[in-house]
Amino acid sequence: MKIEEFRDFSIGDYHRLFKDKEISPLELVNLFLERIKEGEDKIHAFLFVNEEKAKDEAQKKAENLPDELPPLWGLPVAIKDNICTRGIPTTCGSKMLENFTPPYDATVVERLKKAGAIILGKTNMDEFAMGSSTQTSAFGPTYNPFDRRRVPGGSSGGSAASVCSLEAPFALGSDTGGSVRQPAAFCGVVGLRPTYGRISRYGVVSFASSLDQVGLITRKVEDAITLLEVVSGKDDKDSTCAPYPPFGRSEIPAPEEIRKLKVGVPREYFPSGLEKVIKTKIQEVLEKLKEEEIEIVEVYLPHTSYALESYYIVAAAEASSNLARYDGVVYGLRVEGENLQDMYFKTRTLGFGREVKKRIILGTYALSSGYYDEYYLKGMKVRTLVRQDFEEAFGKCDLLITPTTPSLPFFPEKKGRDSYEMYLNDMFTVPSAMAGLPSLSLNCGYDEGLPVGLQIIGRPFEEGKLLGLALFLEKLLALPSPFPLFKEDNNE
Amino acid sequence: MSDFTTTIGLEVHCQLLTQAKMFCHCSTDYIGKEPNTLVCPVCLGLPGSLPVLNQKVVELALRAALALHCQILPQGVFHRKNYFYPDLPKGYQISQYDLPIGVDGFLEFYSRGVKKKVRIKRVHIEEDAGKLIHEGVFLPPGTSGVDCNRCGIPLAEVVTEPELSSPEEARDCLMMLRNIVCYLGVSDGNMEEGSLRCDANISLSSSSLLGVKVEVKNMNSFRSVYRALSYEVERQRKLLEEGKPIFQETRHWDEVKGVTVSARGKEGAEDYRYFPDPDLLPFSIKGEMIEEIKSELPELPLQREERFMTEYELSQGEAEILVQDKEIADFFEDTLRDFNEPRMVCNWITTEVFKNLKELGIDISQASITPAHLAELLKMVDKKEISGTIAKSVLEEMFATGARAREVITRRGISFISDEKELENIVREVIEKNPQSVADYLSGKEKALQFLIGQVMKETRGQADPELTKSILIKVLSSEE
Repeated sequence: MKIEEFRDFSIGDYHRLFKDKEISPLELVNLFLERIKEGEDKIHAFLFVNEEKAKDEAQKKAENLPDELPPLWGLPVAIKDNICTRGIPTTCGSKMLENFTPPYDATVVERLKKAGAIILGKTNMDEFAMGSSTQTSAFGPTYNPFDRRRVPGGSSGGSAASVCSLEAPFALGSDTGGSVRQPAAFCGVVGLRPTYGRISRYGVVSFASSLDQVGLITRKVEDAITLLEVVSGKDDKDSTCAPYPPFGRSEIPAPEEIRKLKVGVPREYFPSGLEKVIKTKIQEVLEKLKEEEIEIVEVYLPHTSYALESYYIVAAAEASSNLARYDGVVYGLRVEGENLQDMYFKTRTLGFGREVKKRIILGTYALSSGYYDEYYLKGMKVRTLVRQDFEEAFGKCDLLITPTTPSLPFFPEKKGRDSYEMYLNDMFTVPSAMAGLPSLSLNCGYDEGLPVGLQIIGRPFEEGKLLGLALFLEKLLALPSPFPLFKEDNNE
Repeated sequence: MSDFTTTIGLEVHCQLLTQAKMFCHCSTDYIGKEPNTLVCPVCLGLPGSLPVLNQKVVELALRAALALHCQILPQGVFHRKNYFYPDLPKGYQISQYDLPIGVDGFLEFYSRGVKKKVRIKRVHIEEDAGKLIHEGVFLPPGTSGVDCNRCGIPLAEVVTEPELSSPEEARDCLMMLRNIVCYLGVSDGNMEEGSLRCDANISLSSSSLLGVKVEVKNMNSFRSVYRALSYEVERQRKLLEEGKPIFQETRHWDEVKGVTVSARGKEGAEDYRYFPDPDLLPFSIKGEMIEEIKSELPELPLQREERFMTEYELSQGEAEILVQDKEIADFFEDTLRDFNEPRMVCNWITTEVFKNLKELGIDISQASITPAHLAELLKMVDKKEISGTIAKSVLEEMFATGARAREVITRRGISFISDEKELENIVREVIEKNPQSVADYLSGKEKALQFLIGQVMKETRGQADPELTKSILIKVLSSEE
């Protein structure tokens, strides 16, 4: 079989092939490994390919086909490199953890393995998930499979690019302010950030604890549903994980119920700076929904414009504390110094990249005595206002539809340029993250070969409705899943 | 010269007696363990690990806070205290800041026989840090390392208001606090092993305003608390008298040299950038939980001390000695159940029992003697079946072998000679053998009587009742006249 035959596959299709003995897990893993070999020098989605272990595991599975296949049995999965995998390096895209191999699996990885998945490799990311372009990785950037000159988005750019190019059928990412949805939009795939607390964060290297959430990147909405069923649910190792049972597809309303949902469109998500083609594409989708007799209402989220600024304060504050552990003492990089202070200084100076240092400094400042009230506390207050905005909007509708990003995939930043522009790219994904709400990005069309992302935002723990509408839209739009060809660039 | 007022406040850390650490499942039994053997990703602060609160910690801290009459806040919040130090793997300590478990309590204690009261500012919970270890058993010369076994062990920090007025009072206050946490089963209160640690703030002033505050650390026993603070009082007094400035600083007590030394490099207020730990949810403390714990609080040392004074008519000093160790106080009261002579039991415990414990280097809980056994022995003394002297040596053997009084007595062939006829015969023999002493006694030398009693004892190998011997001697001697 050839990899392109899987272009429109979802998990069930692979399972049918396994059951019909048309392909074995080992053959499948080999096809993906080949695809990785073909694509990696072009897009650099992976930091580590788990070739040997993945083959061994697939071989073991091939020898023992169960009658009833566990939900992810025999399927390879790519994991963002800030999610701990036992015995497999987990670097967070940083020099600091270049040689770090965790002795434990993140809860999500444990659950994937239990469901029969095979770890294919670890994907590239912005260093410690700080960035929206996968340019800040210490191990080189990832390129957008649709156009190598452009960024794949970030920070889960490696995961999104690998799924887009079918180097992996699906992947895990993490989303702090948009790190799953924005790269999913840029790579034309599905990116789901569930409700904060839906999925355990245990083993996911913390960037901003109150915002970090594991996200799922898939080619089909259906696969996001399956993955969510597998990885979600209560975890005794994470106090911030909600004490609820795992998500179940029975929570998804039937198609006739979907038509009864009210969709809100927040006015603030269509500012003048929004790229025209994105506005047009989203409006086309809204028209189609209207034709399907789905009610569309306008809603207001008045604090949207403050969300981004406060996000960068709150997230940086938490990051400054979360990243204090990388001090060269117990694990990770150590650069010897003349004394303890010097060792700390040298280790952190050489271990962290520019963007990470910038945020640590920003966050340290925001938490400093005398500035705490003015920055961190105020940021938290804005966060409450942002949450209240959504609560109010959800009094008038069940779901919100917005663009995922204000722009199409952009060109890499020139060195030394202000990163404020890049921060702006998170303006539509940050508010729902601040409010802890489930949000999903879905490809809703292309403009000159570049994908446009549409975002659906739901009420807390109402992933059912969110995924229901996503399934509905996916069917309605009937767009082919991406399969970019790894051709040489024509004009670099 | 003595017109300076001393003001002392204490900050006491108690290791809470839980099986598991505060935020992970690692054992807390770290004393004497090889470094870094009681660790896991959570207490080592490995990337991606998350803390989960051990509820037992809250329960124990609540017990302490309630026993110290604190107001309990309905919601507890953990904050991160951020600072870099090698024994702190996460780069921050999970502690409490503006919302501690308990606030505004008080503690009563006796100092020099006078009852004192100090207000408790707050009781909060936090995790312990690891330990730096230097070359020795585990490390080659010239190197240092970090032992993370202690990382994440739960602590309760008790902070008093600066209201103690002398080193002695500070020590007595600390002793009472230790006693309370031991009574509560909240901590083992062992200062030498570091499960109870005390820092003190001390200032001297000649006006109603507080003087410059100096923090004293590294005091590892009650004695060193007293010595260190006494040293500080003198040091600061001299500086003030000479008109020299006192610096606000941290000073370490050097037990060997008997001085406090400035811990340089820690001057100025450090900015710990406290903020609520986003990895932990606020925990609520329900009214029912408070009521339940309150209702289960045991009798506390001060209450017990005062009850001993009224119920058993003991002096404050006697009651205090018994109460200072809960096991001893329990032993005392258990003994009374079989032999209700409080004063006698108190005397025996505080002299003979203590002596034996000290000689064997054990606690009462490790001793083979039980309250019932002691009661049995004391009853025999009381009924004059054996003399006090004999009883002391019997007790020694009871401690050594675990045998009961009767067994020891039978084995040694001891029987108390309280038969008057038999004793009178012996007395007459002694009188016959010692004419000189008899003459001395008769001429008014009282000492001679003691000598004669001693001779009777010698003759009977200590088995004669001394009181009876004395009265028979006097009777027989007076008939000699």
